[in-house]
Amino acid sequence: MTPDKIIVTVLGLVFIAFIVWFFWMVKKAGVKATLSSSGYQELMVLVKGGYTPDVIVVEKGKPVRLNFVRSESASCSELLLIPDFNKSAKLPEGETVPVEFMPDKVGEFEFQCQMGMLRGKLIVE
Amino acid sequence: MTIHDPVCGMEINPKSAFATRQHMGRTFYLCSQSCAEKFDADPHRYASVVSSATTGIASDASGPVRIALPVGGLKKSGGPALEGALRALSGVSKVTANTKEGRVFVEYDPARVTVTDLLDAVRSAGFIADGQSMRLKISGIYCAECVVKIEDALKAVPGVLNATMNAATNEVKVEYSPVIGDLGQLTKAVESVGPYKAARAAEASEPEMDKEAQAMEKEYRSLMRKWWFGAAVGVPTMLLSYPWLFPVLRDWFPRGSSQLMYIWYGMGIASLAVLIYSGNQFFTGMWEGLKHRSANMHTLIAVGTGVAWLYSTIAMIFPQLFPSQEFTDVYYDVTVVVTALVVLGLAMELKAKGRTSEAIKKLIGLQAKTARVVRDGKEIDIAVEEVLVNDIVIVRPGEKIPVDGEVIEGQSAVDESMITGESLPVSKKIGDEVIGATINKTGAFKFRTTKVGKDTALSNIIRLVQDAQGSKVPIQKIVDRVSAYFTPSVMILAILGFVIWYDFGPSPALTYGLIVAVTTLIIACPCALGMATPMSLTTGIGLGAQNGILIRSGDALQAAEKLNAIILDKTGTITFGKPSLTDVVLAAGQNEADVLRLAASVEKSSEHPLALAIVEGAQARGVKLSNIETFDAIPGHGVSAKVEGRSILIGNLKLMNREGIALGDLEEKSKSLADNGKTPMYIALDDKAAGIIAVADTVKEDSKTAIAAMKKMGLEVVMITGDNERTANAIARQVGVDRVLAEVLPQDKAFNVQKLQLEGKRVAMVGDGINDAPALAQADIGMAIGTGTDVAIEASDITLIKGSLMGVVTAIQLSRATMRNVYQNLVGAFVYNSAGLPIALGVLYPFFGILLSPLLAALAMSFSSVTVIANANRLKSWKPVH
Repeated sequence: MTPDKIIVTVLGLVFIAFIVWFFWMVKKAGVKATLSSSGYQELMVLVKGGYTPDVIVVEKGKPVRLNFVRSESASCSELLLIPDFNKSAKLPEGETVPVEFMPDKVGEFEFQCQMGMLRGKLIVE
Repeated sequence: MTIHDPVCGMEINPKSAFATRQHMGRTFYLCSQSCAEKFDADPHRYASVVSSATTGIASDASGPVRIALPVGGLKKSGGPALEGALRALSGVSKVTANTKEGRVFVEYDPARVTVTDLLDAVRSAGFIADGQSMRLKISGIYCAECVVKIEDALKAVPGVLNATMNAATNEVKVEYSPVIGDLGQLTKAVESVGPYKAARAAEASEPEMDKEAQAMEKEYRSLMRKWWFGAAVGVPTMLLSYPWLFPVLRDWFPRGSSQLMYIWYGMGIASLAVLIYSGNQFFTGMWEGLKHRSANMHTLIAVGTGVAWLYSTIAMIFPQLFPSQEFTDVYYDVTVVVTALVVLGLAMELKAKGRTSEAIKKLIGLQAKTARVVRDGKEIDIAVEEVLVNDIVIVRPGEKIPVDGEVIEGQSAVDESMITGESLPVSKKIGDEVIGATINKTGAFKFRTTKVGKDTALSNIIRLVQDAQGSKVPIQKIVDRVSAYFTPSVMILAILGFVIWYDFGPSPALTYGLIVAVTTLIIACPCALGMATPMSLTTGIGLGAQNGILIRSGDALQAAEKLNAIILDKTGTITFGKPSLTDVVLAAGQNEADVLRLAASVEKSSEHPLALAIVEGAQARGVKLSNIETFDAIPGHGVSAKVEGRSILIGNLKLMNREGIALGDLEEKSKSLADNGKTPMYIALDDKAAGIIAVADTVKEDSKTAIAAMKKMGLEVVMITGDNERTANAIARQVGVDRVLAEVLPQDKAFNVQKLQLEGKRVAMVGDGINDAPALAQADIGMAIGTGTDVAIEASDITLIKGSLMGVVTAIQLSRATMRNVYQNLVGAFVYNSAGLPIALGVLYPFFGILLSPLLAALAMSFSSVTVIANANRLKSWKPVH
């Protein structure tokens, strides 16, 4: 093997290691929804290339209202799905869309766009 | 204490009020001469608005206020908990929860507790408190405080739950309980607190859909502009990247010449412009994704085109970095053409996607816009949103029925096909239920509204369909797990491909490595994988709704596909669930019209359900009933009566024996009727046996065909009933069911379902959802049949609005068709990716010398996601096969 091949191989492996670490190895911290005066656990979620925050922690048995604001025009993120709670919502660009549901089971659930390109996690405690 | 002047809304101290007025037993305080004059001119207008302690009523007038709050998620068992939670609030004097209507009635002291407190209590007890909402457009706002003033005025109207004003649009969103008296109060309330004018803002679902369509159209046009720009730059770029391939260009721009270098510099700039204008969504998408540590299609395209552009630019500006001239070719064509093609693919995808949700748009479009109601004795046309519960609505032939209700006057035939899928018009008479959005055909009638706004059958259907379309087919969960790893894996593959080609590939290794890496990034299509099931699901569930079949979720859809046994409840499912007259057997020398007329005339006075069947049967045969002279019910035996001067006995064998009436061969005929599952009754006229009238629960017309169709689909059909074996077998023979579970108590139905499941079968249970809820829940699929407007049955996975068993067949056919579509899409997407990726990586090269061009990869990628959507759209042409 010539030196340039060794360099390319090593660099390639480093890149791969970086991708594995960057996308899969880092655990994200969750954001807890706060109980507002309305009796809902409320949280604003920004939809732009992903969900911010994308790990949401809520308490079981208290109604949740997630206010989604989509600030991009790509049609992928237009539909929000929370399949485990049978909820879906159209998110028109720039509008705040409240999605309400009752977390009646404990566990980790996903929410995502229709194609599953953007995803977030909902942790019910 | 200060209070509001009812005319101008100013806060004044009652002691220093300019004038006081008495109206309808209440005291009003006015701030000035002009307000007093206005009040005197039309006291009722102002008095009717003010109704809380803060809007001008003297404090002594305030007492407990009664309000009805709509509560979501309220089941029978939840009633006491909810009542307790509300009673715990100080100031609440009386609470009654009505679980059936989903309402709670609260009597409270508005001085001590507010509606908001009540709603908070409802929510923290774990229920959903919401009402209807409307938007008012307010004009004449001149100050910042106006917002608060208007909101307060609206909140003071009894029945208003909340009011929030958007100062930017001058619109106020009012949430109100559906039991609010008159929506006119709201505008009056606003106008009473200042020089404002309030009017309903244009809203409702339709303009919203329009807005959505507009947004989609805008996005589509912008994508098309990007495509045309990319294509315009793409064609010359492609030609000039390889000028030595084309006869004339070869002479003009020889390889390595300075004029070619200038052209390439120009191309570098032009392709950068394409990346920035046409491809910006890929780069911003990638960046936003990276911030969330996630990768998607945008990442792949951005990295692919970006790498090609960077390599070309470096090669062009610093050719000395590369060992030989052959490395310094530019790949601007890849950058431009890939960007253009993928953008075109996105545009086509958008167009096709719009069609998958057509079903729901159609449903929303069904809603009536106006209603003609009787208010204060006058007929007025109002917007459908303003129709309230218990309004009297007038419907003329050809008109759309605006909301759900019960006919109170007149009769007609109604076309309910848009809701139930039943093509024949249904006749409606007094007491019958009418469904909003259906069309009145022949006669005019009046009905009392029972459900309005969000509670109507149509709204429920729309919500159910929307929620179901948002759910997932179980198989999708596996796909999801795969696609979470998909994109980074493709990036890893691309790097590996580059390294392997660089290390072991033929010369020029760098060029091959680069092409392989870029092609791999571009050909991978996470979109096709991600869209495979949601697209089919949306289409399939929408199709169901159009055929009167409401599928609750993707789980139900997948389970319905795999069924191999189906349990049908007898009463109300296979049969109509109520007795009707089936046979009239006559003794010698009797005449049918006479016997039937006399018997029916007697039974008119009886309250027995079998009696009703006889009366209805006689009327259906055009018999005119007479008035009876005497009537005597003999418990456990039957009745004896006198009609038209003749004495008549109707009853069982015991009655005939007691009266000593000779039956002759009638007794034999009676037995055979009973063997056929019918209930026979003897009739004696003037102490002589006259005949037998038999009633039975009759089988629905198409039950037999439906059951035959189920068997043809390979399902084992089982009938379950609480009836005795003899009756059950008689019905089973009629409709062609082989296996009968008779004499099953309602509470044992679930257990019997489980028994069948233990035989290793996937079982569907079909019932009316009334007393078989546990069985519906136990079955792999619970289907509630013929539920009419009460569509939100909790226990069922599939709800059939129409009463016919044919709906079950259609539902299973539909789920099979949908799941087939899902599998086609998944297999297609999987095969595409698992074949495309290795080819892109060059596995065919060592054997056939084939290496994929990145341009072909871009074409394939765009094509694959469009194919998936097109296949889902193909499902729309599905029709039930009967």
